[in-house]
Amino acid sequence: MIKEIREPLIFEISAAGKRASELPQLDVPAKKDLLAGVPLRREIDDFPEVSETEITRHFTRLSTKNYCVDMGIYPLGSCTMKYNPKINERLAAHPAFAASHPLASADLVQGSLEVLKKLEGCLCEIAGMDAFTLQPAAGAHGELTGMMLIRRALEARGDARKYVLIPDSAHGTNPSSAHICGYTVKEIKSNEKGTIDLASLEQEMTEEVAALMVTNPNTLGVFESDICRIAEIVHAKGGFVYMDGANLNALTGVVRPGDMGIDVMHINLHKTFSTPHGGGGPGSGPVGVKKELVPFLPVPVIVEKGGRYTLDFDRPGSIGRVRAYFGNFGVIVRALCYILTLGPKGVREIAEFAVLNANYIRKSLEGEFYLKYPTASMHECVFSDKFQKEFGVTNLDISKRLIDFGMHPPTMSFPLIVHGALMIEPTETESRRDLDMFIDAMKAIAKEAKENPEILHAAPHVTYVSRLDEVAAAKFPVLRWEKKA
Amino acid sequence: MYPNDFRYTKDHEWIKVEGDEAVVGITDFAQNQLGDIIYVELPAVGKELAAHQSLGVVESVKSVSDVYAPVPGVVTAVNEALAQTADLLNKDPHGQGWIIRIRMKDQKAVDGLLKAGDYEKFLEGLEH
Amino acid sequence: MSYLSLSAKDKVEMLARVGAASVDDLFCCIPEAVRFKRPLDLPAAQSELELVRTIDTVGAKNAYGHHLSFLGGGAYDHFIPTVVDYLSSRGEFVSPYTPYQPEVSQGTLQLIFEFQTLICQLTGLDIANDSLYDGSTGAAEAVLMAHRVTSRDKVIVARSLHPQYREVVRTYIKNLGIEAVEVGFGPDGRIDAAELKRVLDDKTAAVVCQSPNFFGVVEDIRALSDAAHGVKALSVAVVAEALSLALFEAPGKLGADIVTGEGQSFGLPVSFGGPYLGFMACKKEFLRQMPGRITGQTVDKEGRRGFVLTLSTREQHIRRERATSNICSNQALCALRATIFMETLGKQGLREMAWQNAQKAAYAADKLAAIQGVKRKFTGPLFNEFVIELRKPWPAVDAALRAKGIVGGYGLEPEYPGIGSSAVVCVTELRTKDEIDRLARTLQEVLS
Repeated sequence: MIKEIREPLIFEISAAGKRASELPQLDVPAKKDLLAGVPLRREIDDFPEVSETEITRHFTRLSTKNYCVDMGIYPLGSCTMKYNPKINERLAAHPAFAASHPLASADLVQGSLEVLKKLEGCLCEIAGMDAFTLQPAAGAHGELTGMMLIRRALEARGDARKYVLIPDSAHGTNPSSAHICGYTVKEIKSNEKGTIDLASLEQEMTEEVAALMVTNPNTLGVFESDICRIAEIVHAKGGFVYMDGANLNALTGVVRPGDMGIDVMHINLHKTFSTPHGGGGPGSGPVGVKKELVPFLPVPVIVEKGGRYTLDFDRPGSIGRVRAYFGNFGVIVRALCYILTLGPKGVREIAEFAVLNANYIRKSLEGEFYLKYPTASMHECVFSDKFQKEFGVTNLDISKRLIDFGMHPPTMSFPLIVHGALMIEPTETESRRDLDMFIDAMKAIAKEAKENPEILHAAPHVTYVSRLDEVAAAKFPVLRWEKKA
Repeated sequence: MYPNDFRYTKDHEWIKVEGDEAVVGITDFAQNQLGDIIYVELPAVGKELAAHQSLGVVESVKSVSDVYAPVPGVVTAVNEALAQTADLLNKDPHGQGWIIRIRMKDQKAVDGLLKAGDYEKFLEGLEH
Repeated sequence: MSYLSLSAKDKVEMLARVGAASVDDLFCCIPEAVRFKRPLDLPAAQSELELVRTIDTVGAKNAYGHHLSFLGGGAYDHFIPTVVDYLSSRGEFVSPYTPYQPEVSQGTLQLIFEFQTLICQLTGLDIANDSLYDGSTGAAEAVLMAHRVTSRDKVIVARSLHPQYREVVRTYIKNLGIEAVEVGFGPDGRIDAAELKRVLDDKTAAVVCQSPNFFGVVEDIRALSDAAHGVKALSVAVVAEALSLALFEAPGKLGADIVTGEGQSFGLPVSFGGPYLGFMACKKEFLRQMPGRITGQTVDKEGRRGFVLTLSTREQHIRRERATSNICSNQALCALRATIFMETLGKQGLREMAWQNAQKAAYAADKLAAIQGVKRKFTGPLFNEFVIELRKPWPAVDAALRAKGIVGGYGLEPEYPGIGSSAVVCVTELRTKDEIDRLARTLQEVLS
């Protein structure tokens, strides 16, 4: 990194008359009075005008200001920042798929439909579910779809119900998705092991409760060992168990949600199946269901018969569409390619190595950082800043200092039940060397916290910008560039 | 620190009785916990509030907290100044940072709230 | 083949440090009874070369690519300059997470800030978010937003809104007690103003209208906005063809309160429907009800300009069930492509592209309407799509065209029963005069 590169906004280097792209001359006779009477714009005020050289320099310079998985460990807990295979990028852009139109009749896009159906099949096998829809565009979108499926199934029984139970350790999308589906959220307290408290669940699980949303392993990286009992309690009252599959990376080939009483779940293809996060998206959140919920899946459903694929729109029970067309197809191609590359053994190794790496980090940092829940860890471990607080050092300071060591910080914003959380998920693709570098950096920071806390408060020291004033950003929002008057 | 003529709740609201009306705000402890306050969501004047009903929301950069009505009543005024300068809650929580005025339904309800000394003791308990 | 990086020796040593005798030991917290005991029934692992062959074989089953196509309907085939692919495939853009750590994410944050600015400039509104999933969910989010802003429970939706967008809106609102009332269209293809007037009332949260609409007809946003504002409802303009924004007056300047839509036209391949790029812009006063992430400008401790995710208290990770939306991710990589595309085309290029679309579509519309047995269905002004009505049933015409290697359009009858034998035809800058003439010639043959 060259620390001193200051890259202006494109608008600030724009100059009238420059352009980076030309189209061929119009080859049809131009109509002079075209669109007469319709309000047209004379020009797009202040839109940029730059050369192709400037475009290339602009974005190349901007790119150098990002940290990324291609550069090093990115241990954001719950985000599963694993390596993104490069061949999958190439194949997702395959001209046969990139050019295939979502409104073309099914017989012209058999290849695209085959990709969708193949991935549905792989996900059913990995998750132990009976059917999948690939329409949801992200994990939260999948949660909403799953909640809608449950609601429709209950309505079909004549009883939509009122509440959804969610553990206090859950990610914020869970309560939000339940709410947007018209449910009222009731929180379930975690016990001292960091898992769902069966007594509280039994008490809260009434015949007014539509579903329990559970993340397993949960956001503490702890497996809900009582999951079968939990499902029994919910089912006994006629409710459904929804599983947030954000942490499926810990389970592939080892245990299947469908075998432990889960009725409906989503999978984040951008986590478990290695599709790139792209700086925030696109994701993809396929939803898997057990037989009872199949009639309610979004339309259309892809039907395969003798190697031919057709679209079934005639599904009167369906919740309807949750997104136009077929979902984030390009992401789906990448996920399928990943599964095809790994094969049965490789898919199981995802979980094996993800859990090994996480436990290696946990064991190496125990004692240096406080571990609120000593329960066994799966694919991630959640430390906190409790030991460092004594010296006035917070999880924010630790995280920012980690940047100086050339690494991305862990997750800090949740789970809400751990104050000052440092939620670390290395994923299976990290090398021993990268893991050791991370462990050494964390140990060095723990030492600095005692001996030289100032260096932590002022971190990061090596970036283009130092800590930014988030209060000013929210108080006096500047959300776009504007030409100086 | 905490005015003697106010009463307090364990959710860190204060209430100051003025005739059959009362002024409501959040305590210095609360503003301190929240950090820089960015925005206050105020109720509509005329809104009826039950005791412990949320009357509005106070937001910092990365948190949102409900503010609850200490006693039942009807909102008669809101502090319009907060719309532009939410940080009055940080600067002067017990004065210019007041949030709403209510006409109380049940004045006696105030007697059930904490006195300044009791609130301070309550805070001491929290810090351990 | 796998992407694991541990050697056999690493594995042994690491298990020893962890204190586990085997990898299986690591899963001791999973009850034995539910463990998965057999190998997964998945295809055998493939090398890169085998995978390429597999995908080539599957891809070859897409016959669509061998056709001359005039399909649009919310997914548009436009020119994509090479720099878009080149720059957007940099690992520094592809492989980071959401920019929660601004000090190491200034690249993504700055480009998103530029994206927000470009969307504001195109829509004529004050603020824009970092993107939504796509145009259909954007429309649904706009409806929920109008419901929050107005506390009203009825939305009026033009029947000329993309049929799949309408379905998504219906799916989203049906559990929330919000009612959608559909309004039909007149002979010009625009929303039926008289019918709109009849259903507009003081319970209406929003009037949701697409322009250019699903028939390619440009709506009178000014009149629609005035009508909505007359009952204190919001005017929501949906734009499924973002390129049109470069040619027509910005909807925000014509009174629209929220403009949302699909940005796929800006540098994203049609890619069987995704990933695409929902965008949303609105007036400043609705800022706190906006769904999705927003990036803002600020300064660091030394006073240098920088960018951060801001106003996050609207979002699910803080407000949980009371958030403005459950959306968590955005479409950052798609927004990057759109940003590079818009900045590369630039002020002149984007307008030029839009102008060529309008000219070519007008040429094609005239050419087709001159054929015996074909007429323009609607009289309203158009951008790059138009509806033709045919003497013969569309499915038969469509099949005959396809037999000659042409996908001539998208038949409307299934989604608009009673509309007669008609199809919407899309002509972008990529279709040459020769190709348009070929369509006209072939259609004439098919109909005679």
